[in-house]
Amino acid sequence: MIGGISSGQAALKVDNLHVSFGNARRGSLIRAVDGVSFSVRKGEIFGVIGESGSGKSTLGRCLVGLLSPSDGGVLHGDIDPFKFSRREMNRHRRKYQIVSQDPNAAFDPRMTILQSVCEPLNIAGEGTRAERREKAFAMLDRVSLSPEMANRYPHEISGGQKQRANIARALMLDPTVIVCDEVVAALDVSIQADMLNLFSRLQEQLGLTYVFISHDLRVVSHISDRVAVMYFGKIVEVGPAHAVMETPLHPYTEALRSAEPEITPAANDAKQRIILQGEIPSALSPPSGCRFHTRCPRVRDMCRTEEPKQRELLPGRHVACHFAEEMLAQSEGRGAGHAGRGTADRGASGTEALT
Amino acid sequence: MQQLAGATAADQDTLLDIQNLTLSLRDELGWVEVLNNVSFSVKSKEILGVVGESGCGKSMTALSILRLLPLRDSRIGGRIMFGGENLATCSESQMNRIRGRHISMIFQEPMSALDPVFTVGYQIEETLKRHFKLGRKEAAERAVAALDSVGIASPARVAQLYPMNLSGGMRQRVMIAMALVCEPRLLIADEPTTALDVTIQAQIMDLLLGLADRTGTAIMFITHNLGLVAQSCHRMVTMYAGQVVESGPVRDVISGPNHPYTAGLLHSIPDSNRARGTLPSIAGRVPSLRHMPAGCRFGPRCSHSAKPCELPQSIENAGAREVRCNRWGQLELGSVGA
Repeated sequence: MIGGISSGQAALKVDNLHVSFGNARRGSLIRAVDGVSFSVRKGEIFGVIGESGSGKSTLGRCLVGLLSPSDGGVLHGDIDPFKFSRREMNRHRRKYQIVSQDPNAAFDPRMTILQSVCEPLNIAGEGTRAERREKAFAMLDRVSLSPEMANRYPHEISGGQKQRANIARALMLDPTVIVCDEVVAALDVSIQADMLNLFSRLQEQLGLTYVFISHDLRVVSHISDRVAVMYFGKIVEVGPAHAVMETPLHPYTEALRSAEPEITPAANDAKQRIILQGEIPSALSPPSGCRFHTRCPRVRDMCRTEEPKQRELLPGRHVACHFAEEMLAQSEGRGAGHAGRGTADRGASGTEALT
Repeated sequence: MQQLAGATAADQDTLLDIQNLTLSLRDELGWVEVLNNVSFSVKSKEILGVVGESGCGKSMTALSILRLLPLRDSRIGGRIMFGGENLATCSESQMNRIRGRHISMIFQEPMSALDPVFTVGYQIEETLKRHFKLGRKEAAERAVAALDSVGIASPARVAQLYPMNLSGGMRQRVMIAMALVCEPRLLIADEPTTALDVTIQAQIMDLLLGLADRTGTAIMFITHNLGLVAQSCHRMVTMYAGQVVESGPVRDVISGPNHPYTAGLLHSIPDSNRARGTLPSIAGRVPSLRHMPAGCRFGPRCSHSAKPCELPQSIENAGAREVRCNRWGQLELGSVGA
């Protein structure tokens, strides 16, 4: 139960959430999100990291009510949005926005940026035409887009500018929570830095709560307060962003961390790289036991049969791995801050630490 | 193979030498200059990183080397020396003998680079049969061997599959198999891992560098991921707005960039070791091709811009390094991680 630990008011509470697609009888059931629990405090930036196919986007869509859970639930504050009628839901949804990855696909090519940005208010039926336009210009200004951009068409502006307009549109209905699904993945590194700064600034100015979904560890750990690492529909590790990056307690986090190239050649030389074998397994036939065991460099017999329970190892840090205590002992033995270790020493020292 | 051999690479002979490459393309508005006096070289067995934002001319340079641009709507100037021949003026039949055999290329998006209606085995055989006198059976065997060499588990079965049956990582492995099957001397890899997950990226990079090491292939590695360059390349070239703005050994450039643009790129990478806060970013964006600023092309975005930058820039030498900035000697740019 991760929901219990957070102090302060929760903006989102996710309890044992399952989202499935397909049909069990035809053998085509895909459990995209399979038993995920966490909560996000108001004003917090919560990062979700994972590879493609880990279920992070499905989770994001479910958080804003675009998909319905097949089991478990999501609470928006104290409200269960999935109990609403469609009409109530549409009203409620305004406060929970999502910004998607591809800004090119997010705009109607036949509408100007201004028209697109005004559209949420048109649909909500708020304000007069002049008021809507005024608000749209205010929002474009907030995301640092000049007013000249307003009357351009999507093909006339750059990817970075489109993504800004995309954010402006999400802000039009004064949301409290924004799910950012790979918002900087399609952008160049210098523009990416600009966007991350923009997200931080908006969060401070408007007191927003973000769920920041990305496959880029650098991006997520830079912007987030806490991060969850997802693998195959489950959260394998949750904790404060910095701590999770510095001393990963799950072999998957450790592997992700080591796969990320370092910028300074010296850091690259110092680091022992773990290259995971294989790819994320087929969603139709999930592996038994721990889902990561097919690729895990630290795999043992127990992992193939028994599914690890998620537990709190350090204050605020939850891990689902049988041998997380061992990894913790190892990282403490090495002194914190030297994360990333090869597979060679998973023998003696670790076993001693366990007993 | 992850070890950098900076010192030894410098002693080796030059494989590809690009001198004052200029490229113009034509669209409905007329001719526009895409590359301006691009000069750099790739030594044999060297791994050269080419970095820059989108629209800086990285891919255009690669396409010029292989002459994959539309004949009527492109004009190449300067020299592209490879194996004693100038590729810029080669005949099309000569190019056909070079492409895939001596220089091959891997593209960013493996799905659009593979033909959906042929099996991947057939597509690899096609490359072989084009360059060597091989029977069908022999070609098929070598195609399977090539798939095996890129770490595909059951190569004979995969050879019978169509691209749509494969995952992104597998497709990129097939592309690598195809590119290296003739053991070319130069491989141009244009963002080969950008479409892939970070764990698959690590697998593919490891594979690519391992194979290049074994076959003695040099790699021109185009990317915007400076981490990958730091990890795997010997030398690097930074491009901006169709020009080379900096080049030198990777270690030197990253620990002490001479050009403000390289420094800007390095600093804008989020670093988990650095405290959260505002990331330094490069204001503005790459100028459009038809509205190049006079003088230094980076001038309008440069935070160090001063009066002399209005003059057209030329590359200045600093030992093994080159930089296209008049004031590089006066600037304090700082390195990352310092």
